[in-house]
Amino acid sequence: MGEFEVHRVRFFGLVPAGVRCMAYQHRGCRLALARTDGAVEVYNFAANYFMEKAIPGHQTRSVEALCWAAGERLFGAGLCGDITEYDLERLHPAYAVDGFGGPIWSMAANNDGTQLAIGCEDGSVKLFQVVPGGVQFEKNLDRQKGRVLCLSWHPSGTHLAAGSINFIRVLDVRSGRTAQRIMVNYHVPKSKKRECVVWSIAFLSSGTIISSDSFGRVQFWDWERGTLQDSHTVSTSAALSLAVSEEEDSIVVGTSAGATYQFQLLPVKTGGQEKRWVKTKPFQHHTHDVRAVVHTPTALISGGLDAQLVIRPLMEKVQKKSYDAVLRKFTLPHRRLVSCARKARLLLFQFSQHLELWRLGSTNKTGKDGEVLPLSRMPEHLLQLKSKGPEHIYCSCVSPCGSWIAYSTASRFHLYRVQHEGDNISIKKVPGVPKLLLPAYQLQCASDSGRLFIASDRGSVHVVQLLEPGGCKHLHTLRPPVQAGLCHHCTVPTYSCAVTALAIHPATNNLFISYSDQQVGLFEFSIPEKQYTAWSRSVQNSGLHRLWLERDSPITHIAFNPKNTSQILLHDVYMLCVLDKSLPLPDNNALLVNQSTLKQLSEPARHRQLHAFKICKKFQPLLFADLLDERCLVTVERPAADINAELPPPVQQKKFGT
Amino acid sequence: MFSFDHESNPQHVSDQKPLGCWSVKHGQIITCPVVCNFETHEYIAVHDNKVLRIWKDKDVNLDKVFKATLSAEVYRVHSLPHAEPLVLFRGGGVRTLDVLLEAPQQEIEDVISDEVIKWSEAFLEGQQPVLIFVTEKDGDFFVYVQKLKMRSLHKYKLEQQELSNPLCFTAYIKKQIITLLCLYSSDSIYKVLIPLQQNSEEEEQTLSKSLLLNLSISGSVLKGTSFVVLDKDHVAVLGSLAASDEESKECLTIWNTKFQTLQASKELPLGTSGQLWCYGEKFFFTHGKVLTVVIYKCETSSLAAAVGKLKDSQTSDLCSFLNWNTLQDEELLVSCQSQQSAALKSESTMTLRSKKSTVENIQPGASTIGQLLLSIKDASTAAVEDELRQLLSKVQRPDFQAAIGSVISALINRCKTDPAFYPRNFLIQMIQKRELSYSLCPDLMAVALEKKDVHLLQICLQRFPDIPEEITYACLKVFLSISDEYLERTDVDLESVISYIDIEPNNKEVKTEVVENGFSTELEEDGCDVTGMKEIHMMDSVEFCPVGPQKAALLNAVLHSAYSETFLLPHLKGLPAQQAVLFLRYLHYLYVKCSERINTTLPGVLSPTVSQIMDWMCLLLDAHFTVMVMLPEAKRLLSSMHKFVRAQVRFYSELNKIEGSLQELQRIKCQTDTQAYSIEVLELI
Repeated sequence: MGEFEVHRVRFFGLVPAGVRCMAYQHRGCRLALARTDGAVEVYNFAANYFMEKAIPGHQTRSVEALCWAAGERLFGAGLCGDITEYDLERLHPAYAVDGFGGPIWSMAANNDGTQLAIGCEDGSVKLFQVVPGGVQFEKNLDRQKGRVLCLSWHPSGTHLAAGSINFIRVLDVRSGRTAQRIMVNYHVPKSKKRECVVWSIAFLSSGTIISSDSFGRVQFWDWERGTLQDSHTVSTSAALSLAVSEEEDSIVVGTSAGATYQFQLLPVKTGGQEKRWVKTKPFQHHTHDVRAVVHTPTALISGGLDAQLVIRPLMEKVQKKSYDAVLRKFTLPHRRLVSCARKARLLLFQFSQHLELWRLGSTNKTGKDGEVLPLSRMPEHLLQLKSKGPEHIYCSCVSPCGSWIAYSTASRFHLYRVQHEGDNISIKKVPGVPKLLLPAYQLQCASDSGRLFIASDRGSVHVVQLLEPGGCKHLHTLRPPVQAGLCHHCTVPTYSCAVTALAIHPATNNLFISYSDQQVGLFEFSIPEKQYTAWSRSVQNSGLHRLWLERDSPITHIAFNPKNTSQILLHDVYMLCVLDKSLPLPDNNALLVNQSTLKQLSEPARHRQLHAFKICKKFQPLLFADLLDERCLVTVERPAADINAELPPPVQQKKFGT
Repeated sequence: MFSFDHESNPQHVSDQKPLGCWSVKHGQIITCPVVCNFETHEYIAVHDNKVLRIWKDKDVNLDKVFKATLSAEVYRVHSLPHAEPLVLFRGGGVRTLDVLLEAPQQEIEDVISDEVIKWSEAFLEGQQPVLIFVTEKDGDFFVYVQKLKMRSLHKYKLEQQELSNPLCFTAYIKKQIITLLCLYSSDSIYKVLIPLQQNSEEEEQTLSKSLLLNLSISGSVLKGTSFVVLDKDHVAVLGSLAASDEESKECLTIWNTKFQTLQASKELPLGTSGQLWCYGEKFFFTHGKVLTVVIYKCETSSLAAAVGKLKDSQTSDLCSFLNWNTLQDEELLVSCQSQQSAALKSESTMTLRSKKSTVENIQPGASTIGQLLLSIKDASTAAVEDELRQLLSKVQRPDFQAAIGSVISALINRCKTDPAFYPRNFLIQMIQKRELSYSLCPDLMAVALEKKDVHLLQICLQRFPDIPEEITYACLKVFLSISDEYLERTDVDLESVISYIDIEPNNKEVKTEVVENGFSTELEEDGCDVTGMKEIHMMDSVEFCPVGPQKAALLNAVLHSAYSETFLLPHLKGLPAQQAVLFLRYLHYLYVKCSERINTTLPGVLSPTVSQIMDWMCLLLDAHFTVMVMLPEAKRLLSSMHKFVRAQVRFYSELNKIEGSLQELQRIKCQTDTQAYSIEVLELI
């Protein structure tokens, strides 16, 4: 097929924010996750762990706790003192209710999802009723000194356990009185007494309260008597998070040393009645604090300040040994944060609150496969564009000619005209940007840089004409099904899974769609004929290769070879694939990743082995890949080591030999 | 090059096209195969028996080339590499071409009277051309060997075979012995050995033959027409395979003579002319109307391959390609073919029309061995040695090894009973030449030990793979106990030491002095102090070998022999302390010598390897640890060894560190490889 000049970019300094808290919704198999920058993400476990929704963060809106309540409503609470409900359709906070207790440290929903309890800085625990369209303050429970760092409902909903510094309280929900008060550092000698922070708590239906604290202990208490049943020290540093399985026979604990531990309630003797909590499995998947853990029926999920989301399936709960039983780690967002000006050879990087524009370097040499070519011009950081205000950026885009940059936050849309005058660069805000329904979720520039398409609220697409030397004009708003002047052409058959990437081929007008569900994966829809193409049907008939289906990261970008209509560039985090539709599809017996094998074969033998998927795994983890022209590729990588280098140092651990 | 009755035609096999074609005039017949003189690149043909034609590539018309009419009829012209072609006349006379051309009409003597030449072949032995030809007269076959330079001609009579006669011959020369192979009409190949060195000018000798191969495959018999020798274990036979009831099929077969098995066969349904040639791992034969070239490959014959158990047991890779189709005139080809095959037919009938021969019952080889065994028992030393010499010069027989074994054990028995009898030279010769082993003649080394024949022991240690540890130990003990002065006078193979021990006499003076002072028994009695003093001097300079070169060579032979630690250790414990120290000192010296070299291997043939030295060192220390600790003179040696070993360990730990740093460097390099930006080339296929 040929050689590509690959611009291998590793200077995108993206540092994903750490995971602060998580909430799992059992019925919908969805995991809500909040990051330390206030961003909230929803992962759909049923659709191959795809990050279905992402609500960008906000400088002042930290999220300390997340709860699913009243079905599929997602609530968050944070240090700004508000309870926020997230609109998962429009991807922004729907409203916020002040808790009037200072910063909120913890929030818990009861089993029915009808009540929310919040634990505040002032030591109060407040109950809120979840009502349609909002939450309503119900009552204050008994207040004591010390911030309430964690809360847990008794499954019956009659009592609440609240963890503070040095003690745990059990509150009677009906009367609002403190029913029990347990000092957690009672056993510690007075001389050594330090503050003991109860970081996490769980209230079991048997009346046992499990707490994890800053001393690295996991303790089991009898709430009625207030006595300690069992105590395990799991770490010399803090045990930060705790989660219980639905059956209440297993818990998972996360520590600040990056380790997670599973405890299981096991009979002392086989067949005996007496059961004890036993530390069964240690895991070390993180380098930093594990701030959030979730125990699903089949997996342990942990999220840490190192921004990793780790899904560790429990082997004994997995029915068959398939690719479901594989450990999964997610660090990078399933979103496109890079846009590329093909003609001008510029890259626009989207950070949470600023954009960076870079010009790619160049070379005047050629070489053989694997060679690194000498640079004749170094890449250049052209500009940094800071977003004003506390809101984080939703999406951004640079036009193919490189002279227009657009981005959107939750409430504002910005369009800039970039002037390139030799080596000088100047930027001017385009005045008179039309008032649009915000936020914009996707931005796309036409290939001639003449129009900007803004995908925004309620499925509408705004078309804005970009005018030289620096103006714009709102042309249309496309809103299904009909809009004056332009007619709705057709609808692609609906599929149950989320679309991870789509693109229209510039020459054939075929729509190429990739779904998060790898089982089906790729579709090609002919827009002129309003039906799936023959190739797409043949793919569905013959099925994709087994290994292709078992990938766990979604395809985030699709690009086309301008000179060869049958070649399509796809990429996910771990691979880059040039799909050649003219070649046969590989069957399950064929080697899917066969590039290195092919290189060793002779020309005729090679010909027999060729198949449609030309996969390259050299560039990892891959944030973005695009074809600049038919012989030139750009890849943006973000090596894990580079991310780790920018994280604060983890808790010091004594390692043998250091 | 192919020659027909009327024309000759050289071809390039790879090109499959004729390089040239020459014809004689109508009525003339080419009477012997055209050969090429590779020295001058001339072609030599004989037509009408007497007319010699010589031409080059550029000559077009055969009529206009050099012509010489000879006085006698030519049987065949033999071309030899780097030598003048030989012309064999029908009367048995031989001339080199240049001699013949000087006077073409010279008279050619008639060597054979009524005999008819059946086959001839020429070789070069040394720089000497040797011509061998076989003649027949009334069913008797005679072999003539003619050495041109020596002007010697030997006539042998071929041992007769009842009911069958030779059809085809082939011969090769190796180590002054011509091996003549004869394909008999009884479907067997016989081997006849003809010594080239034959001094007795007696009248004709009868050559005995031995059966090499029986061409029968599970009931069916291969009627061979021609055959060639491929290597020492393989022959190829072209012939027709006749099963009892079926029609016979012509086929090319490859046989393993070692295991008497058929290795490969290829059926040739279109028929052949019955002739087979073989040059450079390719067979040439006509198959139908085309010349077929078959590439073959013979691997070393092993039993596994012979019985087909080897993974790819295809000893010969039979694949054929055709190249006869480039002749311009097909009619000519057909006519040529038919003529040729007709000629062949007549020839074969002629060969078959042979008379019955008488059988010779005596087996000369067997009788010789039996007689020898008898004579060993009581004959005089000189007589026995004479016979032994004869035996050695005699031909190889398949059961020779077993025979030699019995001969040697008979000799050893004689040695035991008669102390004066010791055919040392013969024994050494036998060990060096034949593949003997300890188990074949178990008493040999015991006798040698008794006689303190260190050279024989050295050779045994080097050659025998199966010496028991007890004997190895005994050898070691003898070697260590014999003084260097005595050894200086003996003949010991110094090959293993010359490259690292200086054996110049002036150096030796110093060395022997040191050795004497340190270890000779009379000084030991003088007192420990003196020895200690001397040792200080000696140990400070490890360059000096603690033993003489002869002893060193002998000890190397011990180091070289195979042993098992478990069996050797108990014997080694019996080694006297002084000898143990001496041996250890020598090992230490070797170790230091080894370590001087970067690749820790000593130069030279059969010199001990560093692991052999280390193993023996450990073994010796294990066996004599307490003694070494107690012995005052061993103290210095041990401390010096310790020092050296410690230095080595330090050195290697330094290397370890360097390795670590380099590894780190590698890691760093890998890291720097991942710069923030690079343009790379990626090839997608």
